[in-house]
Amino acid sequence: MSLLQKIGLTLFLCALAIFTLTLGLNKFTLTSESLAVDKEVHRESIISMARDMGMLDKTYQNQFAFVSDLKKCIKASQLELSASYDNAEYKGSEWDYKIGDWAIKDYILPTVQKSGHGMVSDNKGLFLLLTFGLGILGGLIFILPKFMEQPGIKNDNIYHDPLTRGMNYNIRTGLLITSIIGILVYGIFYTSGNVLLPILSAIVILIIIGLVFIYQKEKNRKSPRSASAKVIGWLGLVAGIYLIIFYILLYWKPEYITNWMTIVDPVSEKLNGGAASQWFLYGLMYTVIVLVMGVRMISKYRHNRYQIIRTLSVMFFQTAIAFLLPEILTRLNYPYYDFKNIWPLNYTFFFDWNIKNLIASGGLGIFMLVWGIVLIVLAVPIITYFFGKRWYCSWVCGCGGLAETMGDPFRQLSDKSVRAWRFERWIIHAVLVFAVVMTLMVLYHYFTGRQQVLFLNSDSIRSWYGFLIGSAFAGVVGTGFYPLMGNRVWCRYGCPLAAYLGLVQRFKSRFRITTNGGQCISCGNCSTYCEMGIDVRHYAQRGQDIVRSSCVGCGVCAAVCPRGVLRLENASADVNQRTEDLRTVHIEDLINAQ
Amino acid sequence: MKVVIIGNGISGITAARWIRKLSDHEITVISSETKYFYSRTALMYVYMGHMRAEDTQPYEPWFWSRNRIQLMEDHVETIDFENRELSLKSGKKAPYDKLILALGSKPNKFGWPGQDLKRVGGLYHWQDLENMEAHSAGLSRAVIVGGGLIGIEMAEMFRSRDIPVTMLVREESYWNNVLPPEESQMVSDHIRAHHIDLRLGVNLGEIIGNEQGQAMGVVVKETGERIDCGYVGLTAGVHPNIAFLKDQSLEIQKGILVNNNLETNISGVYAIGDCAQLREPREGRRSIEAVWYTGRMMGEVAAHNICGHVTEYDPGIWFNSAKFLDIEYQVYGTVLAKPPENHVSIFWQHEDNTKSIRLVFDQRTNEILGFNLMGVRFRHELCEKWLKEKTDIEEVLRSLPLANFDPEFSKQYEGELIRIYNAQFGKNITAKHKKRSLDRVLQFLKK
Ligand SMILES: Cc1cc2nc3c(=O)[nH]c(=O)nc-3n(C[C@H](O)[C@H](O)[C@H](O)COP(=O)(O)OP(=O)(O)OC[C@H]3O[C@@H](n4cnc5c(N)ncnc54)[C@H](O)[C@@H]3O)c2cc1C
Ligand code: SF4
Repeated sequence: MSLLQKIGLTLFLCALAIFTLTLGLNKFTLTSESLAVDKEVHRESIISMARDMGMLDKTYQNQFAFVSDLKKCIKASQLELSASYDNAEYKGSEWDYKIGDWAIKDYILPTVQKSGHGMVSDNKGLFLLLTFGLGILGGLIFILPKFMEQPGIKNDNIYHDPLTRGMNYNIRTGLLITSIIGILVYGIFYTSGNVLLPILSAIVILIIIGLVFIYQKEKNRKSPRSASAKVIGWLGLVAGIYLIIFYILLYWKPEYITNWMTIVDPVSEKLNGGAASQWFLYGLMYTVIVLVMGVRMISKYRHNRYQIIRTLSVMFFQTAIAFLLPEILTRLNYPYYDFKNIWPLNYTFFFDWNIKNLIASGGLGIFMLVWGIVLIVLAVPIITYFFGKRWYCSWVCGCGGLAETMGDPFRQLSDKSVRAWRFERWIIHAVLVFAVVMTLMVLYHYFTGRQQVLFLNSDSIRSWYGFLIGSAFAGVVGTGFYPLMGNRVWCRYGCPLAAYLGLVQRFKSRFRITTNGGQCISCGNCSTYCEMGIDVRHYAQRGQDIVRSSCVGCGVCAAVCPRGVLRLENASADVNQRTEDLRTVHIEDLINAQ
Repeated sequence: MKVVIIGNGISGITAARWIRKLSDHEITVISSETKYFYSRTALMYVYMGHMRAEDTQPYEPWFWSRNRIQLMEDHVETIDFENRELSLKSGKKAPYDKLILALGSKPNKFGWPGQDLKRVGGLYHWQDLENMEAHSAGLSRAVIVGGGLIGIEMAEMFRSRDIPVTMLVREESYWNNVLPPEESQMVSDHIRAHHIDLRLGVNLGEIIGNEQGQAMGVVVKETGERIDCGYVGLTAGVHPNIAFLKDQSLEIQKGILVNNNLETNISGVYAIGDCAQLREPREGRRSIEAVWYTGRMMGEVAAHNICGHVTEYDPGIWFNSAKFLDIEYQVYGTVLAKPPENHVSIFWQHEDNTKSIRLVFDQRTNEILGFNLMGVRFRHELCEKWLKEKTDIEEVLRSLPLANFDPEFSKQYEGELIRIYNAQFGKNITAKHKKRSLDRVLQFLKK
């Protein structure tokens, strides 16, 4: 590492440290102005409760005690109002008087946000510079010297680096199981004690494990290739846990990260005219990371134009279409809409509030609705027929964009065992089925007004889908596990849109990876660096073309192959013959002669 | 029937896989190097931290039992050809009905003083890698003797850990006994651009050791210069690994002699891969070709023969590939370093000095003879078809863009060759298609 790179890294780590510490640097005081509650009854009750509890106008040194007291206070009001409702002879609707559980969630975050004051709030610009600014600067100083090196594949020491060398099988599996159990248990709280869906999910998970381990006889197959026996990349472990905690806070406890939102308030105000939500914070971070790490990706593969153009494409779509455009639409009072987000990845697309919202916003809203449906029924099959699912997964999609930029240093950690492939197929198709069933129920509810189908309730199903798949799988596991299981955990095992694109790719597409005759030396670079865990070498060494539903067409196998064996290509002819199992190049004639 | 294969390299394992596909014979593979088949060609990537050891294994461990291929980690000490039985280091005996010798190679040592010291080693077996690994920490310099394909890989390995490297190369330019002068020069330049101290036209005089019997420097034969170092890599080629078979009824020369069905002089005994020497190699081919591809083809042919499909070994059109640091290399057909007069080249080189394309044709008949590519990928099947059909050079040139196998959006340079050809021979041919296209390629291959 050159001196310059060391400086860059140091700056970046400082930025990360400041960013993390920022969470403790604001003070919090609940005042009648900072209480973000507009229903009069609720307001009065909470304020008097706060006064009684000694919370009003009291200054807390950090948000932890503050949030806890605030919750207590609102809960106490909730109890009191429920108890007094019957005697109050209140004229308005019931929930204008009583406080519902959902309302508590809605009150807490903005109240915490507005109650913050002190170092961070007083120096938003400075903190923005010290976190985002310094991070970007450090990152770029670290990355830019790479442009001075000889172009070519530079994977040196990836498996010596404690950040990128991965976990051993036991630690990795342990973390995975802990996460799954943790998510399901938390899910019981999340659904307010309704155990039906968490239990159903646990049963499905157990069935899939049973199918793979017992039905497909994977129990006794040890797979050294899926993870190393000894290696523990401790820095990767730290990074993974940091990411997991970040996602947990972001999705389910945003009231603890309001200081971060405060930092980006000035940016949010410029773009959409309002204070930053946790989603604005996330969108901004996401975009910045895709851009900076996109530069890194380009520096690494700058001898390969496919990689450069593809990376520029994901950088563009994330910045312009996923981040800026929706903010601008919001500012212009149009619905927030990401034009490249396709159902079922965009699982809220058919939710009643979204449909109503779009229809209510006139011409543009209707266009958005039609556009979304056209993407699903025409664009996906047609473009995938011509180019494979890569047009979306590694050129356009935001999840793919993050995977291909921030995730690139971790691509080698994908599990290449046959066992993992089996898990992948069960899980991803199960999620697709779940997404379709959930959406059908939501639409059924929308059109008939009936919520209940058999023993299932469409509202609880859809909120469970959002929790389990939309947040836990896509975020906590999908990104948190980058340093543990590679950069495409979500795309490979979880994304229902990838499943749909994959079915088209597998059965009706011109896309394949062609193998260059007999040139393969079975070295395994292609398999190692396949982020989707495809054992590319298995096909390449037999001279077979590769058609796999999971291939996102990132083209890295072709880039890292030291013998020029692989090429991403589109053509419909001879696919069946060229993907045959026993396609060897030279002895073929002999076999035919037999 | 009991088939025993000695050696779990590419040739032995390919034979085992094909015997399983074609028959129900009992199969045992014996090797003393590693338990599982791994890809020797990927040794460098393990040292450089591109891959884990596990990633070099093309098959998962359960593959072997599922396909009823028994693996034995043992060393074969002697073979009793009369009684069809092997004696193993562990003391066990292994009887066989058919035997395949797939013993591979060993690095050459030319009797240099000090060649058996510690901190000296080749790069062939897994143990060589462990040896390099064990001595890499704090290494001040490595000296590599020999300028072939393995020497440059070893240099790249040390450079990946910022260890200074000196290469002693006998030739006047890197690998110029195989590469034409321009390509050889390009690679020499490239090696130096990677901060490798490349010494051309020099030989190793001796390796100097210290009291602990460890190498601590080398002396250059020609100049007497002493170069201090902590590791000496010997990469001056390989020879068949057959020492333990000498003085027996098995006929050997440099390698184990085999006929075109890959049978040795003893019935039921076959030899394949690096250790086999063909009695009658095809025209223009060497009797021992120690490369991955021929080992793989031989494994397949031996399997057919053992399973009763009498099959001749036909290596087809010669091809090979390698990578010199960042420059990929592919060759198809005949491209000679010192060509006879009738072999004429059309040669294009990129100004960045990392890419070139060379087509060789026969001036008397105008038929295409070979393709030599640096930093550009060509499609094997197309080149092979042209070579097999002895296609006219102009015909090849007109369709040349189809052969390009570089990643999408890469610039194509085939037009340059047409331009050079036209200028060189006063012709005016044009390309039929300017761009590669898989559809057209597939059509073309069917013709
Ligand atoms: C670093 C390196 C890079 C290479 N790169 C390329 C390349 O890019 N392209 C290419 O075409 N070729 C390359 N080669 C050459 C290629 O790897 C060999 O030609 C090929 O591996 C030979 O295979 P094989 O099956 O004949 O023998 P091997 O792979 O050598 O297998 C023979 C096995 O038999 C074992 N054995 C021998 N004797 C006994 C015994 N008595 N008892 C038990 N076991 C025994 C050996 O230990 C060994 O494991 C490379 C070689 C090296 C070393
Ligand atoms: S296709 Fe390339 S990278 Fe993959 S195993 Fe073969 S030679 Fe190695």
